[in-house]
Amino acid sequence: MRASRLLAIGPLAFLGVFFLYPLVAILAKSFGGGALDLGPFQVLLGDSYYLGRIWFTIWQAAFSTFLTLLLGLPVAYLFARHEFPGKTLLKALTTLPFIMPTIVVAMGFVALLGPGGLVNTGLSNLFGAHAPQIRIANTLTIIFMAHAFYNYSIVVRIVSAYWANLSPQFEESSAMLGAGRVQTFRHVTLPLLLPAIWSSAILVYIFSFTSFGVVLVLGGSQFATMEVAIYELTVKLFRLEIAGALAIIQIVFTYVFLFVYTRIQARSAVPVTLVHREAVSQRKKSVRDMIVVVGIIAGLLVILSPLLALVERAISTSDGYSPTHFVALFSNDSGSYFYRSPLQVIWNSIRFALASMVIAMLVGTAAAYIIVRPGRRSSIIDALFMLPLVVSAVTLGFGFLVAFNRPPVDLRGSWLILVIAHSLVAYPFVIRTLLPVLRGMPPHLKESAAVLGASPLRVFIHVELPIIARALIVGATFAFAVSMGEFGASLLLVRPEFATIPVAIFRLLGQPGEANLGQALAMSTLLMAVVALGFVTIERFRYRDVGGF
Amino acid sequence: MPETPILRLENVHKSYGDTFAIHDVSLDVDRGELVCLLGPSGCGKTTLLRIIAGLESMDSGTISFDGQNVQGVTPHSRGFGLMFQDLALFPHMDVFGNVGFGLRMQGMSSDRVQMRVDEMLELVDLGNYRNRKIHELSGGERQRVALARSLAPAPKLLMLDEPLGSLDRVLRESLQVQVRSILKEIGVTAIYVTHDKDEAFALADTIVFVDRGAVVQAGPPEALFRAPATEMVARSLGLRNLIPGTIVRASDSVEVASTVGTLVAGGSPPDGMMTGDDVLVIINERGLSIAPVRHGSAGNGIELSGVINARKFRGGESEIHITVGQGEVVAIAPSNDAQSSLTAGDDIFVFVPPESITLLPPSQG
Repeated sequence: MRASRLLAIGPLAFLGVFFLYPLVAILAKSFGGGALDLGPFQVLLGDSYYLGRIWFTIWQAAFSTFLTLLLGLPVAYLFARHEFPGKTLLKALTTLPFIMPTIVVAMGFVALLGPGGLVNTGLSNLFGAHAPQIRIANTLTIIFMAHAFYNYSIVVRIVSAYWANLSPQFEESSAMLGAGRVQTFRHVTLPLLLPAIWSSAILVYIFSFTSFGVVLVLGGSQFATMEVAIYELTVKLFRLEIAGALAIIQIVFTYVFLFVYTRIQARSAVPVTLVHREAVSQRKKSVRDMIVVVGIIAGLLVILSPLLALVERAISTSDGYSPTHFVALFSNDSGSYFYRSPLQVIWNSIRFALASMVIAMLVGTAAAYIIVRPGRRSSIIDALFMLPLVVSAVTLGFGFLVAFNRPPVDLRGSWLILVIAHSLVAYPFVIRTLLPVLRGMPPHLKESAAVLGASPLRVFIHVELPIIARALIVGATFAFAVSMGEFGASLLLVRPEFATIPVAIFRLLGQPGEANLGQALAMSTLLMAVVALGFVTIERFRYRDVGGF
Repeated sequence: MPETPILRLENVHKSYGDTFAIHDVSLDVDRGELVCLLGPSGCGKTTLLRIIAGLESMDSGTISFDGQNVQGVTPHSRGFGLMFQDLALFPHMDVFGNVGFGLRMQGMSSDRVQMRVDEMLELVDLGNYRNRKIHELSGGERQRVALARSLAPAPKLLMLDEPLGSLDRVLRESLQVQVRSILKEIGVTAIYVTHDKDEAFALADTIVFVDRGAVVQAGPPEALFRAPATEMVARSLGLRNLIPGTIVRASDSVEVASTVGTLVAGGSPPDGMMTGDDVLVIINERGLSIAPVRHGSAGNGIELSGVINARKFRGGESEIHITVGQGEVVAIAPSNDAQSSLTAGDDIFVFVPPESITLLPPSQG
């Protein structure tokens, strides 16, 4: 009993000091330090620009979610109900966009559809200098596309896992009762899938709502979301109290969404069953099915094209393909103060990611154990621990700046501040990968071991650890990848000497010239490779399909 | 020679909130005895096992094993075994890993673990299964692996919580026989929980009836059949001739006015009951004789006349439902030539000897 109390204190303390306290600091800032001074809120809500930002954030997230569902549901169907060669590889590829750092996704769209992008270059090669050009850089269209691209794998993961576990007998019964395919889908399959669709939609909405990197790189300031507005208020305008007020409005929104999400998820929790997937997948093949399959696979390739375009652009120069941009990364032509050797940048990213991974594992594992303990408040605690995932990274970074800016805790110049921020963003992934395994653990396993003479410690080592080991590896890799790609908080917190890969890419983008763009693309490709490698590991160890969210 | 019980429960209480889970349970189990806790699901049998195992606390009472109070001894130090209904085989270990788990926890050397595991697997007839994965096993094989795992550390007391509950009937019946012979071969003291009376009768030396957290009756199977203590026990045993009545005479023998007519039981009425009290009459369905003509006065029993309502063949026996007065009596008789001509609608005479009748106080509520 006392040991488990102790277990609970660690993650709660971590959350309290490094997450809730900065939020309180923001709160204090936005209320002007005095008691209930609503000034900053009045300024904010009286300003049509900021009201516009809030409204824009709300509806762009809604439309992004709609597009994402449109893209994701057919793919979810494909994975849930069809077997085809290369399915495993395709599933892994599908998840790639989501684990890609936002900066890489943004760069992918620049590489594909930007002014010098693959599509436009291809068009001018085909039709000459006066060829039609696709001009969607700095438009809403490209933001929506990037959001759908970035998030659709959430829909695929959640819905297909749920769908695959759904016994086809429901659909078969419906058919035997005289319902056609469409009627069956409308009246049987869809209602059964609804909890999964809802929970994925809410998650997608939250991510689109707090989108930062994509909007900053692709949208320009006229499409600023609340997140971008907070960043600009903090870094460019130094209006910290207004930034704080905006951050609080954003937090309130996201917490409500998140609470709904965890409620839905807890209610629709499917215990880990030993049903063989082969038994569930549709066996009957018709020509029509084949067309569906081929069509969806073709669609998938389109989805993956930005990542392929990124690689292509990174290795292409005016003289054809060569590793010029990669080589250029390693020499300092500009002599800029902001310039850091890519080797150092990469080393920064790796060591911060390793440190964040360790912290995220400790905090996430302990938190997951707290959440699975029986109790009525479990979904509230769950939502509390998930908060860092949806309280945007920029808000988090902003909170750190406000909270830890004076002795005794002045972390602003330290690399530690980055690591802590990264672990806060990363540990929710550890929780989400561990929860299904912990919840799915046969109820009497631990007691059985105890009765056979194993002390609590040995029960953990010999029984629990081996069972959760795979999920732990997945969680660790997730944490590593998240830290590698973290952009928003890093951008606010980082000192030049501690620049990480995403920050370096953004800095390169801010400098004029084709060479800098080329280097940004090359660095994005490197980051993509590292993260993809991590993800191969995840796919190898994933605990069935249930992990992830 | 009466032996002192190895396991003794005294006045064990356990409640969740204001509902009793276990209510004042006292129980003695002798060394080597096989006790079945029998009762409907939710009656507290499993809770009782978990309390004995130390997995759950009790509010009051004492549990002692071999004269030692086990209060405060952790589950892993009690040296008891518990086989769960869901078996809880470790999915990340093979058969050998599972069966040897308890032995490794004892710190037994690897050679001896090997030997002991092989011995246990032989015992449950799974000699060449040691390297099988758990998910490769059939339901019955899993059951036996779980049994071997529970037995391997030589527990001083083995508890089994509906271990055959998830199996189909045929497999269950064959395993019941195996489980009993294995447990008897080892001579382990065992408590077996089940809600299936046939299983309890197939296995137990002693059956303990549990209802709503309390022990209702305990004794050898035959004794329970002969003299069920309450209506609930009688119904659980599958007895069907439960006929409400009123005592009309209580000296020498007992006469009861009932829906099927006046019945006569030998001996004296149940404790403290007298003329005018309501009573529940149980007529042993195998103790009756039936005939299409009057029996004449063969002894001091009662002869009832009725009409055959239905007749069911059950192997070598017939089950005959007879409408008598306002009620019904079920008789089981061998299917011989004399019986085979009987059909529904025939008049019939039922002879009820006094020794086929048991009287119980009526159930409350």
